[in-house]
Amino acid sequence: MIDKRMTCAAEAVADIADGSSIMIGGFGEAGSPIELIHALIDQGASDLTVISNNTGSGEVGLAALLKHRRVTKVICSFPKTLNSTVFPELYEEGFTELELVPQGTLAERIRAGGAGVPAFYTPTAVGTPLAEGKEHRELNGREYLLEFGLTADFSLIKGVTADTHGNVLYNKTARNFAPIMATAGAVTIVQAAEVVEPGALPPETIVTPGIFVDRVVEVPEPAHESELIAAGVSYP
Amino acid sequence: MSQQTETIGWTREEMARRLAQDIPNGSYVNLGIGIPELVARFVPEGRTFIYHTENGLLGMGPSPEEGAGDPELINAGKRHVTANPGAAYFHHADSFAMIRGGHLDLSVLGAMQVSSTGDLANWSTGKPGAIPAVGGAMDLVAGVKQVFVMTQHCTKTGDPKLVDACTYPLTGRGVVDRIYSDLAVIDVTKEGFRVIELGPGVDFGTVQERTGAPLLPAGDQG
Repeated sequence: MIDKRMTCAAEAVADIADGSSIMIGGFGEAGSPIELIHALIDQGASDLTVISNNTGSGEVGLAALLKHRRVTKVICSFPKTLNSTVFPELYEEGFTELELVPQGTLAERIRAGGAGVPAFYTPTAVGTPLAEGKEHRELNGREYLLEFGLTADFSLIKGVTADTHGNVLYNKTARNFAPIMATAGAVTIVQAAEVVEPGALPPETIVTPGIFVDRVVEVPEPAHESELIAAGVSYP
Repeated sequence: MSQQTETIGWTREEMARRLAQDIPNGSYVNLGIGIPELVARFVPEGRTFIYHTENGLLGMGPSPEEGAGDPELINAGKRHVTANPGAAYFHHADSFAMIRGGHLDLSVLGAMQVSSTGDLANWSTGKPGAIPAVGGAMDLVAGVKQVFVMTQHCTKTGDPKLVDACTYPLTGRGVVDRIYSDLAVIDVTKEGFRVIELGPGVDFGTVQERTGAPLLPAGDQG
């Protein structure tokens, strides 16, 4: 019998070691696995490399992980968000390094990494400062640059419903990076508002097939970043 | 002597209305954050545009009523939106396959500078110490079939935004097709900027005065 359920978020993130690379789903607050991130803060791992589109807001979730000085490098496309004050300070101080990647290139690097493709050519960013130092090649009369696939030690993502085999469904635009990050994490951990038995989800509707998922945690009423910020929460 | 208030040209809403007239029915459109978002308010009678937002929604609808927003239904600017009938959600790699793969018809973006060869700078001033953030702009200009820029003709300090060569870091090279400013509609052609329409009360000389590159007049088709 396959059962990927963990009893709690703390158990799901217990073996994340110092120095790990971690993909964290979400676009702004939509799809951010806040409870998994908070469990990671409690767990204490540091010197982390985080791959995520943004750098969090306020002092909860991803921003809180940064604030507690656990992240020494971020790979992201847009490290500026409303209420985002934590990352700018760490960046200016030189504590957290930034690798800036165009959003579509970030998505494709993750997709490629998860699909066993080590590198690919893309037209994005040709002629810009983000192309400097990268291998260029002309194909079919157009200039492209070489980008490398991305994988990570762990992926932390948020679904709305999962089954015990790790099949996942998402909610609206909270899907964003989660399905591709699920493929690119050596260990993919999913928090879902509901975890059901195999067979409860129609196979035709599955977005992330369970093969990409290692651990599932039920978080029945996940918090939303904006609501925590409005309530003045600073985690922990 | 009191400062004369400038009344020539188009307002932002009028710019959006003018731009919307040039979008064919049934177009798949990505509107950038900021002024370009106004375009959605001025869809001409009888036309339907399908809006793409790069965070994973095709068929984006208007903002919901105050208080009715869903934190998991947002646009690229991270504001609450709605999904129209016929909408679809998808993940980021699919979303940028739509963009980079040339499936979207039009991208409307803001600009810090546009060059007469269609180079666009709209993501960074390149100032040392500033935190760079690029988002999806470089992917949009690299992949979408047509790129329209919607911008004030000059900066707040009166410097031209339409120039011979951009001094800010580029978003893309030779990517802009047309510019809708408060003063004029201007095509980027092989010969350089060509004015195709002047705003109300605007004459060609005024636009030229406020542009950092030579302009070709509308009638002169070479």
